[in-house]
Amino acid sequence: MSEAAPGAHAGVHTDHHAPPGFWRTYVFSQDHKTIGIQYAITALLFLLFGFTLMMIMRWQLAYPGQSIPFIGKFFGDANAPDGVMLPEFYNQLGAMHGTIMVFLGVVPLAVGAFGNYVMPLQIGAPDMAFPKLNMMSYWIYFVGGLTMLSSFLIPGGAAASGWTSYAPLSVIATAGQTVWLFGMICLITSSLLGSVNFITTIFQLRAKGLSFMRLPFFVWAQLVTSFLLLLAFPPLEAAGVLQLMDRLAGTSFFMPSGLVVSGQPLAYSGGGNPLLWQHLFWFLAHPEVYVLILPAMGIVAEIIANNTRKPLWGYRSMVSATVFLGFMSFVVWAHHMFLTGMGTVISSFFQATTMIISIPSIIILTALFLSLWGGSIRFTTPMLFALAFLPMFGIGGLTGLPLGLAPADIHLHDTYYVIGHFHYVVAPGTLFALFAGLYYWFPKVTGRKMNDTLGRIHFWFSFAFINGVFMPMFIQGLAGVSRRLYDGGAMYSHAQGVMHLNVFMSVCAWCLGLAQIPFIINFFWSIWKGKKVSDNYWDATTLEWSAATSPPMAHGNFATPPEVYRGPYEYSPPGSGRDFLPQNKPEEAR
Amino acid sequence: MGEFLGLPFDASAHGPLIDRMIILVHWLMLVLFTGWGSYFVYVLLRFRRSRNAKADYRGVRNHASSYLEGVVAVIEAVLLIGFAIPLWSMRVNDIPPETDATVVRMVAEQFAWNVHYPGPDGVFGKTDISLISPENPLGLDRNDPAAKDDIVTINQLNLPVGKPVIIHLSSKDVIHSLNLPLFRVKQDAIPGQSIRVWFTPTVTTADIQHTMARKFAVPSGKVPDELASLVTLADYTGKDGQVVLAKGASLTDDVLPALRDAGIVEVVLAPETPTEIACAQLCGLGHFRMRGFVTVQTAEEYKAWVADQEAQISQ
Repeated sequence: MSEAAPGAHAGVHTDHHAPPGFWRTYVFSQDHKTIGIQYAITALLFLLFGFTLMMIMRWQLAYPGQSIPFIGKFFGDANAPDGVMLPEFYNQLGAMHGTIMVFLGVVPLAVGAFGNYVMPLQIGAPDMAFPKLNMMSYWIYFVGGLTMLSSFLIPGGAAASGWTSYAPLSVIATAGQTVWLFGMICLITSSLLGSVNFITTIFQLRAKGLSFMRLPFFVWAQLVTSFLLLLAFPPLEAAGVLQLMDRLAGTSFFMPSGLVVSGQPLAYSGGGNPLLWQHLFWFLAHPEVYVLILPAMGIVAEIIANNTRKPLWGYRSMVSATVFLGFMSFVVWAHHMFLTGMGTVISSFFQATTMIISIPSIIILTALFLSLWGGSIRFTTPMLFALAFLPMFGIGGLTGLPLGLAPADIHLHDTYYVIGHFHYVVAPGTLFALFAGLYYWFPKVTGRKMNDTLGRIHFWFSFAFINGVFMPMFIQGLAGVSRRLYDGGAMYSHAQGVMHLNVFMSVCAWCLGLAQIPFIINFFWSIWKGKKVSDNYWDATTLEWSAATSPPMAHGNFATPPEVYRGPYEYSPPGSGRDFLPQNKPEEAR
Repeated sequence: MGEFLGLPFDASAHGPLIDRMIILVHWLMLVLFTGWGSYFVYVLLRFRRSRNAKADYRGVRNHASSYLEGVVAVIEAVLLIGFAIPLWSMRVNDIPPETDATVVRMVAEQFAWNVHYPGPDGVFGKTDISLISPENPLGLDRNDPAAKDDIVTINQLNLPVGKPVIIHLSSKDVIHSLNLPLFRVKQDAIPGQSIRVWFTPTVTTADIQHTMARKFAVPSGKVPDELASLVTLADYTGKDGQVVLAKGASLTDDVLPALRDAGIVEVVLAPETPTEIACAQLCGLGHFRMRGFVTVQTAEEYKAWVADQEAQISQ
């Protein structure tokens, strides 16, 4: 790749007119930083809400059929008569927990918030390439989120067919599923607008001298993520419209002939195929896994380089692995469908691609592990979360191996083993990385740092309890306990030996909830009362710290367009005697 | 390792092969995790700021990691080509001829498993969805000569031991998944499709019960939950010859005094229904209770069961 500098951004300052009013500044803002903050706050609220749904479900799993204490009476007779959760309500909570955490929580926080706020600053851009599109992306996401929430209030309640919404169950489900589909269409549209914007911005608005191989790894992660969103989401949007047609217009895209529900033949012409939905769904939802994990890896990479005070080890191989991972993520989707009646040839193909995709993940993780060697490690609060990401994501990745090999998957498919596996990837994996990012870039956004004592309390308790929630799931899964059971499997003989774990897991989940209180207090307290810090608090090399103020200028980000002279992680460069060399510091005469 | 992982009892011919695969992969996972973990802990201690004030710009200088990644890739390839693909092929391609097997249809519905045996003639009778009623959940056309001897059960699958079983699996309404954990069988039941799945049960349910039976001390206080779901395999009699705890009964709080009076200090308990059918795919509000039972019997017991069922049809 050429080291030649891409053109400096055209027209740095476009807005010399009067400052915009309240609405344009704080609500319908086109500034990527404000939009990033809007995304962050909305996504954090959704994460808290989605987590709360799970804490309610965990009551039913720990104490099946017992009245939910304190809050049980607020759910109404249709959901929880006398405070005892009904199976219908349990299924709603399950489906909405998954949907909210993935589409309304983690992705908007990882991409919408961190991508929006940090990426333009890291590449020295005055804003995103399409500020109006950016604003539109947030507001469509917001409407999608409200749509999803509103479905709890309609008769029959929210969607209850799992976040996967497999047909025909979803097609014959109550009206909540229609609302879910409308919500999903909003969220997908929002992601598509965002991804186009990210790609254009990264290609067109890099600072002078900032070649692709000088990009911070976080920007690479966001770039590949955007391509995944752009290419994987349209099939699901189409599939969502088809399912909407099946529900509202009586078409049979996913409905085979001869369906009989509760003894009554269904009025569908038939001829459709329920597996078509699964293919279209997983064609998105597998790349989606990498949408969840790549930005997290990007954040962790930034924080590790900064807190080891040395360059990332194997930056080039990490970048190649990320790009390869992006490509491969499009050809592994059917490993979610081994048990749908797959023959040997197709299953061999998808098993092989699944084993192949594990290699770039291992390369990235290995590079991050090896980056620690020789470092001078500062155990700052963001670094604690970033370090914890490594073994946690490791467990998530390793437990994917037996699921990716079809014969082992026969026993483990649709058991708690799967739940444990993907939660290790996304919860103590991605969410810990996102917390790391929040602690790391908080001084950038506010000019103040978060309290370290509260941060450490938050970290250690979260780390202990989150493992308490998910580790026993592997034990239950190996024993063969199915997922999505309203009573946790209490009536099954094969589950008896591992049922007692449910109480432990639930208590851990509630304690995990309590462990977030120090974070919430710290977050709000630090916004107003946190210790004021310098522009480059972490002594970082990348442009968002070295070339911009904290917080950055409202418009245009940089007083003068930054120019880049070197790679992103010139920490402890040999011979210079310095601790770090910012990307925008001109070369000194030797 | 299998013990450590807590895999359930193996009751089918191919079960140990699947378990071996799971165990092999977990060995690989364990080695990788311990290796990475020890390295990680060492590095965090060795290169902490107070011990190593100045970072080394280059860090690791060798390429050991590339070789390690290569080794992992090779092991994965061996697992895939040497174990996973042949085993999968055996599961889906090497289906024994129907003449040597017990052949049944299973049709899932919200929230039950309909089991359809072809009867002595070996031919499944015609079904028609317009005939479906609460009494005839499969819509079996009893006027069809082939249907006259067909046995239909709900949530109950009887099988002879040692003989392959071929299940033609489908669904009436939504996607379900036939999960037989002790037989290491799981297969989605998809409406509009009939999918064949097969296995050979190697142990009778009664033998499994005896194998799983454990001695428990008679509790002094209340009966703990983990014992409440188990049943006895024999009668327990008091000093007067009266049965205090009958065969097949569970331990309850009210029999405890009688047991103590009779001087019985321990009882042998086993799962009541160790071989179960579970649904593994979310299928609606009754998904959690879509439970059925497999009863693996000796050839004679099975024959007697079939004869009994046939007698009931002709009545």
